Amino acid sequence: MTYWEFLSENGGRFFDGTLTTAAQFFLSAIFAILFALIAGLMKLSDNVFVRSPAVVYIEIFRGTSLLVQLYWIFFVLPLFGITLEKFTAGFIAVSMNLGAYGAELVRGGIQSVPKGQWEAAYSLSMSPAKRMWRIILPQALVNMLPPWGNLLIELLKATALVSLISVADLMFEAKQINGSTFLSAQAFGTALIIYYIFARLIVTPFMRWMERVMARKMGRV
Amino acid sequence: MFDWKWDFTFEILPRLGWATLNTLIAAGGGYAIAIVLGLALALAQRSPYRALTLVVREAVEFIRSTPLVLQIFFVFYVGPQFGIRLSPWTSGMIAIGLHYSAYLSEVYRGGIESVPKGQWEACRSLSMSTSDTYFRIIIPQALPPALAGMGNYLVGIFKDTPMLSVIGVAELMHAANAIGSEHYRFLEPYTLVGIIFLAISLPSAGLIRTFEAWVRKRLGMS
Repeated sequence: MTYWEFLSENGGRFFDGTLTTAAQFFLSAIFAILFALIAGLMKLSDNVFVRSPAVVYIEIFRGTSLLVQLYWIFFVLPLFGITLEKFTAGFIAVSMNLGAYGAELVRGGIQSVPKGQWEAAYSLSMSPAKRMWRIILPQALVNMLPPWGNLLIELLKATALVSLISVADLMFEAKQINGSTFLSAQAFGTALIIYYIFARLIVTPFMRWMERVMARKMGRV
Repeated sequence: MFDWKWDFTFEILPRLGWATLNTLIAAGGGYAIAIVLGLALALAQRSPYRALTLVVREAVEFIRSTPLVLQIFFVFYVGPQFGIRLSPWTSGMIAIGLHYSAYLSEVYRGGIESVPKGQWEACRSLSMSTSDTYFRIIIPQALPPALAGMGNYLVGIFKDTPMLSVIGVAELMHAANAIGSEHYRFLEPYTLVGIIFLAISLPSAGLIRTFEAWVRKRLGMS
């Protein structure tokens, strides 16, 4: 069987898997950004009761493996009465894990904004919320976009693990095709190439574009 | 709801302890491969042969942007298709070592680029050979700035070893899965695995920082 025959026979399954991977990627990216923002801001708080939950969250999720967290959320949480569907459990686990790494980027980004900006906003008697949203966060965002680009690639790779709780993503389909055709090089090789194209031709160019847009908006061209 | 069983916990703890040892061996073995291969990849990217540089650069990019778990499956299943049979341990070590060598090559590259240009020129003017220049002058100076990154990836490789359970390497996650399906209890094994990971990775991050400071001091850099 030539590679083209292999592709025409299994292309549909690769396509379905890619769509699921894309859905997992977008959902986990959105939630990871959300978790990172909340935990990153909480970690900067002066109040120890606000700060410590964020520290605990970050240390636990950065200190253990994503696979452990995924299994824990999928197999152990139901014992506490929280049963998540496998698709939901998948992107929640991925986003909580990457969100913990992102929280450190958010914290670093905010701390890299010069002190004068805080003081200027303060002297204009802006409310703390307004100061954060309109002055500090936009500048922090420009500083942290490049590391976020790397983090999103890590996130894309991390979504492959959801196949282990049988979410039918690209990795899962590759395993199934391998099982039915025994053409391992073709099955796993094609999946590797699709992941690579996704990372290299979609995620990375999008982040570069974001960096350019943000730099222009902030007048830093 | 919260029925944590302590007797069960103590019953499975020794087994998880042995599996932890396997996890550490797997992480160490993978890291050893990654350290050597990563240096080769970093040096290849600095070679004067443009074609080699481009191919290696793209290969590193490819390895870094595809999932490790898929690479593990690839190495494990593709060998037999061409008549090469690798044990789960061997293919796991190769996959994880290869994956992290791509990351480490970037760390080395950063370290090498941080060595001042004058050092290269001095070697040149002393007409040192290329290998002497690298191994006696450049790499010893490139190492300290690279240590932080190398340490982070050591912890990273340790945290990625659970993925080896998918091809049957008997590490911590594999043991927890086995215990879970034998006893139909997942709360204790999975929670213990999480705690063991935390107990190892949190202190090692601190140890690595201490080690880095010690090396810098020994080399008289700050």
